[in-house]
Amino acid sequence: MSDNILKVENATMQFGGVVAVDNLNLEINEGEIVALIGPNGAGKTTAFNVVTGVYQPTNGAVWFQGNKIIENYPQGKMKKLYKGQHGGEYTRALAPTPDKVTKLGMARTFQNIRLWKSQTVFDNVLIAKHCRATSNVLSATFRLNRKEEAQQRQSVEQLLETVGLADVKNELATSLPYGKQRRLEIARALAAEPQLLLLDEPAAGMNPQETDELTAFIADIRNKFHLTVFLIEHHMNLVMHISDRIYVLDFGKLIAEGTPAEIQNNKRVIDAYLGVAEDA
Amino acid sequence: MTMKKKKSIFLVVVLAVLLAACLTVDALLPGYHIAVTVIKKATVYALVAVSMNLLNGFTGLFSLGQAGFMLLGAYAYGVLTIPVAKRASVYQYFDGGSIQFSLPESCAGILGDAVGPTVGMLAALLVGGVLAALMAYLIGLPVLRLKSDYLAIATLGFAEILRAFFQWNALGPITNGSNLLKSYPTFTHATPYVLLSGGMIAIIVLLINSTYGRAFKAIRDDEVAAEAMGINLARHKRLAFVISSFFAGIGGGMMAMYMGTIAAAPFKSAMTYEILLIVVIGGIGSITGSILASFLYIFSSEWLLRGLDSGTFLGISAPSLFKNGFRMAAFSVIIMAIVLFFRKGIMGDRELPDLLDRRGRKHKKEAAEK
Amino acid sequence: MGEGLPYIINGISVGGQYALIAIGYTLVYGILRLINFAHGDVFMVAGLVMVYATSALPLYLALPLVLIATVLLGFVIERVAYKPLRSAPRMSLMISAIGVSYLIQNLAFYITGGIPQPVTRPIPWISDNVMVFGQSTKRVTLLTPVLTILLVLALVYLINHTKIGMAMRAAAKDFETAQLMGIRINAVISMTFVIGSFLAAVGSILYFTNYPSVAITSGGMPGLKAFVAAVFGGIGSIPGAVVGAFIIGLCEELIKGAGYTTFSDAFTFALLIVVLCVKPTGLFGEKVTDKV
Repeated sequence: MSDNILKVENATMQFGGVVAVDNLNLEINEGEIVALIGPNGAGKTTAFNVVTGVYQPTNGAVWFQGNKIIENYPQGKMKKLYKGQHGGEYTRALAPTPDKVTKLGMARTFQNIRLWKSQTVFDNVLIAKHCRATSNVLSATFRLNRKEEAQQRQSVEQLLETVGLADVKNELATSLPYGKQRRLEIARALAAEPQLLLLDEPAAGMNPQETDELTAFIADIRNKFHLTVFLIEHHMNLVMHISDRIYVLDFGKLIAEGTPAEIQNNKRVIDAYLGVAEDA
Repeated sequence: MTMKKKKSIFLVVVLAVLLAACLTVDALLPGYHIAVTVIKKATVYALVAVSMNLLNGFTGLFSLGQAGFMLLGAYAYGVLTIPVAKRASVYQYFDGGSIQFSLPESCAGILGDAVGPTVGMLAALLVGGVLAALMAYLIGLPVLRLKSDYLAIATLGFAEILRAFFQWNALGPITNGSNLLKSYPTFTHATPYVLLSGGMIAIIVLLINSTYGRAFKAIRDDEVAAEAMGINLARHKRLAFVISSFFAGIGGGMMAMYMGTIAAAPFKSAMTYEILLIVVIGGIGSITGSILASFLYIFSSEWLLRGLDSGTFLGISAPSLFKNGFRMAAFSVIIMAIVLFFRKGIMGDRELPDLLDRRGRKHKKEAAEK
Repeated sequence: MGEGLPYIINGISVGGQYALIAIGYTLVYGILRLINFAHGDVFMVAGLVMVYATSALPLYLALPLVLIATVLLGFVIERVAYKPLRSAPRMSLMISAIGVSYLIQNLAFYITGGIPQPVTRPIPWISDNVMVFGQSTKRVTLLTPVLTILLVLALVYLINHTKIGMAMRAAAKDFETAQLMGIRINAVISMTFVIGSFLAAVGSILYFTNYPSVAITSGGMPGLKAFVAAVFGGIGSIPGAVVGAFIIGLCEELIKGAGYTTFSDAFTFALLIVVLCVKPTGLFGEKVTDKV
């Protein structure tokens, strides 16, 4: 058993005729910060959606902490591939809904911020704790879960303190400045007590200073919460600074992987980003 | 923290004053007085409106099945409480019906005549609620996967199907077919209605402020984010639907008490629409709003604006204008104005204690404008 | 067969009437994604106007009046109740539609005094009895399917071969983009309501000719059923709405024929729920996917 926390195996996601993710394989080890980069439309977010259970992959499997959590190897076109690897046995598709994936210990943020708009900062984080609550609807309604509720509130206070949002906890989430909303989204994901944190373009729309702060913040929470971080990002500054390893997607296909230094000098990556001249 | 305390005291005082007012009305006025009628009907509507708000306002599920669940509650109440001696005359076309017991009488036999009948009546209400909840569970299995307007039309359809079943002659020995159910016991005073409905609404408020209620609101605000944060959508939507229907069922039972007779005909989609409009007037997402709107609506339509239908209003006598139906026509114009121009209703998403909290009001206002 | 025949003929006729209403639903839903709950009431108002107009005016004035009044009503409803909510959440729009339905019913109650208005041979020729395969039936029963098909063909031509039709198709495909491309979206939407109301008026004339009276709640059920027909056929699709309406009309009459009149309404809704759960896109609908 290797020490990888997440393994994506032959993941393919097809929408009609469009292959958004094409036979993606990647592994993330415990404690790493790994970035997934690629030009617009390369299939990065789709890959996230496959890993977190939003989409059922057309083909492929996802392993989390050594357990297979998502699997779909349908008959037909993909049959051969599967047979080659597993000797022709078929299992039913394993397709958990996103909430189940989150409960296993994987939490994410969104590219376009998706906070709960009518809720305060505090409640946004507190709601994310709901999936860890053991009370049922009756015991919660009749306040038989006071102890758990108090514990949850306290840990949310602590979390807000840690991420530096304690002073705005009673504000409405949407009244925060943009950078803080991003930070709140991360705090909310942390409240779900994940081992693996997935960040979908956490620095999108940020200025250089905010980006620097965010870079430090991500490194900081990784250490404090003993996390593994998997992120999608366009800000190369952030990516190169923070990542232990980088995967590069282009047109749904993995074109490179390696350390930041390796990626920076990879010709295919440069071509993918800058385009290849006609006569090259 | 002091603000919180202030709010709780404010809330307790308001509730105490209201209860005292209701007790005074009961002590001074006879049971058939219009004030008592208004309080009874308004409390029933308040409960049903709040139960609908739990679904439409707090969970974001646009369901139009409320009348169907009320119908179940109403029939359960009637069928279980009609005194055995009167069954022969009520079920005259069905040989006295197939059920030959009455919960209030059975309970009186066990607990004595003082509390027994009341316990029996409450038990019958509870049975109605449970039946409605069970039905909601079954209906929810296929229907809750649907999105907004499809959900609305599917629940509406289910309510109509239920109504057809209750009018079906083959079920006559239980439902009395298309004939009335009557002669069942009711509360004559307004206070029992207020206490009962108030208690149920209090439970709903507790639910909304619990961790589950917060999860419901998260689903309303952003379903995708809620699911990504570990909230099981199917389970929580089903919970909200079942709980809302449970209280609608109890509300239906109380409606039966208020009306004195039960038929399937009034429980059609028009009733659901009426309740929905009450919720909108009060403010989608405000319990206080739903209650206030119920009282305003019933008070105006049953009492204040009566004159619009009978020739004289505010001292103006114009029988040709103020004739039958003018009241509801005027009323629906007001409702349309609210729907179009005051979309947040009376309360927006604020509650009674928030009225103390000027800061909170400002913040919510800003957010709503964004 | 001899026993079933009148039900089949009736079913086709009722189906045609539903089809005319269903098109109004499907066109509006296609563009605004709104279940126009008031459409059934527009249909009812058309019936009332017919009753009043035919008793006061000669036929050649009365019928155009019914059509014009109904079209005007549909147009005004859209301008007053839906246009201000263009950017509001869909739920507000639906609530507004329910409010309009409530308003129309209450106004109609005020005007009629709540008494169903009797329909007395408004249009003599089509109310006459004729013999078909040895069964007696009103001429309108035979006329309805023919007229429905003709109107649908005209509508399909309008949508596929005229400029406004092209604009309607564009708006149905993508509301915002159509707007950006310079399509006058308000005009298109108004046109949709005008067409829908016009067809509902024709349907209403045919429908109520067969009924003894028009009550204020008369629009509700046919309205809902026509909506179910639209969903069944695939909402947004005109042929779908027509086919769906004929199927529902037929099934309903056959159920009545089998002696389960109580369940003829319930059947329609059961069908709706089955369709929504098994194939939400209906018979001819296009698949729409959500993006995360």
